[in-house]
Amino acid sequence: MLTYLIRRFLYAIPILIGVNLITFALFFIVNTPDDMARMQLGAKRVTPEAIEKWKAERGYDKPLLWNAAAAGTAKATDTIFFDKSLSMFAFEFGRSEDGRDIMTEIRTRMGPSLAIAIPVFILGLWAAITFALLLVFFRGTYLDLGGVVLCVAMMSISSLFYIIGGQWLISKVWNLVPISGLGAGLDATRFLILPVIISVIGGLGGAARWYRTIFIEESNRDYVRTARAKGLSELAVLFRHVLKNAMIPILTGVVVVIPSLFLGSLLIESFFSIPGLGSYTIDAINAQDFAVVRAMVFIGSVLYIVGLWLTDISYTLVDPRIRLN
Amino acid sequence: MMPVLLWSDALFFLLLAICLGGIVWARRSPQLAASWRMVGGSRAGVAAATVLLFFVAIALLDSMHYRERLPQQPGESVQYSVEVLSALDALMKTQRTQTEKTYSAPLATHLYAKESRADGQGRDFPRLKFGGKHLEDAEDRGADVVQHALIGLAAGLALWAGLYAVIRRWLRPRAQWFAWDALLWAMAAMLLTGGVLIALMPHYHVLGTDKVGQDVLYLTLKSIRTALLIGTLTTLSMLPAALFLGILAGYKGGWVDDLIQYLYTVLNSIPGVLLIAASILMMQVVIDTHPEWFSTAAERADARLLSLCIIMGVTSWTGLCRLLRAETLKLRELEFVQAAQAFGVSSWAIMARHILPNVMHIVMISVVMDFSGLVLAEAVLSYVGIGVDPTTISFGTMINMARMELAREPMVWWSLIAAFCFMFVLVLAANLFADAVRDAFDPRGRTS
Repeated sequence: MLTYLIRRFLYAIPILIGVNLITFALFFIVNTPDDMARMQLGAKRVTPEAIEKWKAERGYDKPLLWNAAAAGTAKATDTIFFDKSLSMFAFEFGRSEDGRDIMTEIRTRMGPSLAIAIPVFILGLWAAITFALLLVFFRGTYLDLGGVVLCVAMMSISSLFYIIGGQWLISKVWNLVPISGLGAGLDATRFLILPVIISVIGGLGGAARWYRTIFIEESNRDYVRTARAKGLSELAVLFRHVLKNAMIPILTGVVVVIPSLFLGSLLIESFFSIPGLGSYTIDAINAQDFAVVRAMVFIGSVLYIVGLWLTDISYTLVDPRIRLN
Repeated sequence: MMPVLLWSDALFFLLLAICLGGIVWARRSPQLAASWRMVGGSRAGVAAATVLLFFVAIALLDSMHYRERLPQQPGESVQYSVEVLSALDALMKTQRTQTEKTYSAPLATHLYAKESRADGQGRDFPRLKFGGKHLEDAEDRGADVVQHALIGLAAGLALWAGLYAVIRRWLRPRAQWFAWDALLWAMAAMLLTGGVLIALMPHYHVLGTDKVGQDVLYLTLKSIRTALLIGTLTTLSMLPAALFLGILAGYKGGWVDDLIQYLYTVLNSIPGVLLIAASILMMQVVIDTHPEWFSTAAERADARLLSLCIIMGVTSWTGLCRLLRAETLKLRELEFVQAAQAFGVSSWAIMARHILPNVMHIVMISVVMDFSGLVLAEAVLSYVGIGVDPTTISFGTMINMARMELAREPMVWWSLIAAFCFMFVLVLAANLFADAVRDAFDPRGRTS
């Protein structure tokens, strides 16, 4: 088990190197730092001196991969690749356009992101599984059909509609909660209720339908028939047998996203002006702050790989038949 | 006028040609024909397909581009306007050119904002330049709207009745398996709405106007092409790569498999939105630094649209590739492949002739299943600012422009609602159609 986990951990390293190379190619080779400087400075202020100054301030004035002018090991280390790409493995991301350290910014913004993402994750999972079990319980009736139609309709509505509509109805018309922003301490719950509810509802349709398919597939199995033949009530069959056995397909989809909860939600955070990582990313995209976007790409990949790793571990916990080696 | 073929137009026509070719091909193969018959027998599938056909027709009209000829001065060579128009623009010329000053409600005769009167006596809602200008007295609007709507309804009903007669007399007896009733219901809904819209269009802004006075109905209809292009070209752009790599990985195994798996794990591990954001930012720099590549603004916007499709394709092909690899692993062990191997058929020929046709149903299912998600994603991406070019009319840009309008006093709801409704109908139809296709083609789904 331990050796397996270590091997999986080592397997992550080439993947991260790959991610690193892709981002490097995208940000420094497809477009040279000169192009970025021109875009950041705007058409009016572009002069060769301004570009050089912009590059020097950000450390983009070095050679890309190989510094022939430097001495000894500095030939390889005094380059953009070493400074900007390899340093990401040490979680050093440098500074954003407004001069702040990206890593400190990420640390302070993680909290608000998690404050929304964790309740959304738990409530969303609970709501979708409950709804799906309900549909399976009433399988073959009009209730089931209506539920599935509702799910498809909910899937077809744009998430933007849920957010804009929900904000308008609950905050503006009914005046129940503040429309956006985030308070300190316990006061924050007032601000968080609406985004959490909206995210849960927005994701419900697709998730519930997906779980319903899993449960139905599972309840066609022989052991379910045996359980029914023993005279177990339908509820007991569903909760004690079907739900338990459906955990494996559910886990595949669910565990992998847990680490990514740190990243927060782009849309929700920007609509409700919550100072989390999602809105940080959006602001960076709009301001064309390449350093921040690069950092977020790297962190996102790390979290995804951690998620894959957790998925493997969770399999062994749920299903004793799976032995990792 | 000078016809203009944008890259996306060419690909869209190509796509339609592939669909037509697919139909011809499916008629020859008994299994495919049987699967399609299942789709044709499904009521939801037929109704959804009918609605989708209307959307495709609008997108097709909007894909025939041309540049108008400018009035020629004697002795000068022929000049063409830099504005690229489409057949839809020509059909909706009044909607496109008759813009108002600012917001006006659906079917309104007056502007939505007060203005100082021409005679300098206080402020008033001025009459619209276009909406209801044929009315002497704005009070008659109600009766006039009802009258036009009734004419439209009658025309729609007449068309539908003709269709009903044709189907009942000739088509239904020939193909009993087809869900004709679903087709008729969907046609009724589309023809009646279409009739009313078309009857009202020459006299009013049926869905109102937006902030700069553009007709909202025109904008929504233009958005359909963008949505359809993104929904289809994205999957299509990466399809060859996904097919090739997926089958290769599954069939060859060994280091080839490891390498391909490594490739898609790397791409998969970058969060999709961030990869799209990074790539679009980079594409924008490329487009901005090479203005000489594009002769018109439409071509530049088109390049951005296509690059968005390709980039979204890069982030989403991994799922399909993995499915294809798994299926190929299964197929590789079957007797017919082993027989081919024993006969000494080369592995490339086996992949092309024996494995490819047997994984096509997965491709089919994933193309239709991905469509609706991509249409929804476009709106979100355009909202974030990493979607289509801001000058391209799409549901995302419409929503982005209108997002603050609900908070406005008095509230402006029509552009948002129009964009959301059209998008909802399109995505719902796509979802229902995808379900019907999946049920018919997925051998696993048939049991449940």
